Amino acid sequence: MTLLIFSVVIWCAVWAMNRQIANSPDRDDRAARIFVPVVLGGATLFLWEGLVTGLGVSPVILPAPSDIAATFAASTAILWEDFVQTVLKGALTGYVIGCTAAFVIAVLIDRSSFLTRGLLPIGNFVAALPIVGIAPILVSWFGFDWQSKAAVVVVMVFFPMLVNTVQGLRETDAMQRDLMRTYAAGYLQTLVKLRLPAAMPFVFNGLKIASTLALIGAIVAEYFGSPTRGMGFRISTGVGSLSIDLVWAEIAVAAIVGTLLYGGVSWIEKVVTFWHPSQRR
Amino acid sequence: MKTAFPVLVVLAAIVALWYAAVAPMNIRTALDQAERAGAAVEPAGARERLEVSVWRLMIDNPDHVSEGYALDRPRLPTPVQVGEELWKTTGEMVLKGRAMSKRSLIYHASITLQSTLWGFLLGTTLGILGAVAIVHSRVMDMSVMPWAIISQTIPIVALAPMIIVLSAQLGIEGRGVPKAIISAYLCYFPVLVGMVKGLRAPTASQLDLLRTYNASQRETFFKLRLPASLPYLFTSLKIGIASALVGTIVGELPTGAISGLGARILIGDQFGTPLAIWAALLAAAILAGVLVTLLDILQRVTLKRMGMPT
Repeated sequence: MTLLIFSVVIWCAVWAMNRQIANSPDRDDRAARIFVPVVLGGATLFLWEGLVTGLGVSPVILPAPSDIAATFAASTAILWEDFVQTVLKGALTGYVIGCTAAFVIAVLIDRSSFLTRGLLPIGNFVAALPIVGIAPILVSWFGFDWQSKAAVVVVMVFFPMLVNTVQGLRETDAMQRDLMRTYAAGYLQTLVKLRLPAAMPFVFNGLKIASTLALIGAIVAEYFGSPTRGMGFRISTGVGSLSIDLVWAEIAVAAIVGTLLYGGVSWIEKVVTFWHPSQRR
Repeated sequence: MKTAFPVLVVLAAIVALWYAAVAPMNIRTALDQAERAGAAVEPAGARERLEVSVWRLMIDNPDHVSEGYALDRPRLPTPVQVGEELWKTTGEMVLKGRAMSKRSLIYHASITLQSTLWGFLLGTTLGILGAVAIVHSRVMDMSVMPWAIISQTIPIVALAPMIIVLSAQLGIEGRGVPKAIISAYLCYFPVLVGMVKGLRAPTASQLDLLRTYNASQRETFFKLRLPASLPYLFTSLKIGIASALVGTIVGELPTGAISGLGARILIGDQFGTPLAIWAALLAAAILAGVLVTLLDILQRVTLKRMGMPT
C-alpha cells in the first residue's frame, strides 16, 4: 500500500516539475524536450508498478513492469528467435520489397498523367481499406512460413507508399520545371535533380506510415498460421496459456522495434531532407 | 468528369488482370477436380503436377483452364464469383426477409459498424479533448505529444488479444467493448494531430486582433480557433473512421469472435471457404467507402455553410 501511495506522490511530483520546466524560459532546450516526456514515462511505469502491487492485481490480468522486465531478461533467447522470424524475415523483407516496388511503379506511372489521374483516387481508396483482412488468403497462398507474412506486408505498405510518392512527384511547380527546361535538362536529369529531391518529404511520410503498417501486417498474419515461433504466434498462444508476462515482454519488443523503426526512418529523413522547412531549426 | 474516365480505365485494367490471374492460380485445383471426376489430365497425379509449372499445365490441358473460373473453393475467385457470394449473403437474404440472420453479411457488417462507431466516437472525443489540452497547456504539449506519437509506432494488434483478455477478466460483458477500445486507439491519433494543427491554424495577427477586442481565452477558442480547425478536423475524421474500421476488424481477427466481418474472414479461413473471406473483404471495403463518403459529404455541406472553400 505504501508503494501505491509513494508512486502516486512521485507521479504528481513529476507532473508538477514538468509544469515548472514547461513554463520556464529553458523550455525550448533540446534537453528539456527530451527530459520531460522521458521522466513522465518513467513515472507512469512506476505508477503502474505501484497500482499493480499496491492493489494486489493478479499477474494473470496485468503483471507489474518489474515482472515483465524479469521475464524479458530470462527469455531473451525466445524473444530473439521471434524477433528474427517476425521482424527481420517477415516485416523487413516485405517492407523493403513493398516500398521499393511502390516507389518504382510511382516513378513509372508518373510519366503518364492519364495513369496518375486514374490511379491516385483508387490508391487513396485502397489505402483506407482494412487490407489486413487479406492475411488469411495470403497465408493459404504462400504457406505458413515468413514468405506469407512478407507478402501481407507488401500488400499493406504498397498503396500508402504509392500514393505518397505520386503526390510527391507532383510537388514541383511549373516555374521550377521551366527552369530545368531552360537548362536543357532531359527527363532523367529533371527527375534526379529536381523532382525526386522535392518528393522526398512525401516519400518519407509514406515510409513512416509503412513502417508501422509493416509490423501490424507481420504480426496479424501470424495469427492465421505460423511455424512455432514468431511474435504473433507467441502472443496468441501466450494469451491462451495465460503466460501473460511473456506476452507483455513480446509487446515490449514490438513497441521498441516499432519505435526504433519509426525513429530510424525519421533520422534518415532528417539527413536527406535537411533543406525542408519542417526540418530546419 | 476529368478523373472519372481514367479511373474507370484503370479499374477495367485491374479487373482484366484479375481475370487473367485466375487461370494460373486455379489450374492446379481445377485439374485435381477434373482428374477426380475421371477426365484424362496431363500429367496424371496431383503430386506429379506439383513438379510442373502452372504455365506448362495450362498449355498441356487447355480444355480444363475454363474450369478454374467456376470452382467452389478457388484459390483466387473471379470478381463475379465474389459479387455473387456477396449478393447471396446480403441482397438475397433481404429478399427472403432474413436480413438479420446469422448467415447474412448485413448482420455481421452491422456488428462491425457498431463497434467501429463506438470506437470512432471514443477516439474522436479523446483526440479532440487531447488536442484542446495540448494547444492550451504547454506541459501537456511537452509531455503528452511525444507519447502520443510513440503510441502509434506500437503495433496495436500485439495488444489486441491482451485488451480482450483484460476486459474479460475485469468482467466486461460482450465483445463490443474491447473492439471499440482497439479502434479508438487507432482512431484517436489522426484526430489529435489534425486538431492540434487546426487549432493552431489561426495566424498571429488574427489572435492579436481578438486580443485587441479583449476576448477571453474561451471566446478566442469558440469564435476563432474552433471554426478555423474545422477543415483539418474533417480531413482527420475521414482518416480516423477508416482507421477505426481497420481497428475493429483487427480486433475481431485474432480473438475468436463469432460475429462481425473480421469473424467472417476468420471463419472462412478455418472452414476453407475462400468465397466467404472474399465476400467479407468486399463488404468491409464497401463499408469503408460508405463511411468515408458520408463524412466527405458532411464536410462539404458544413464548410459550404460556413463559407469556407472546400
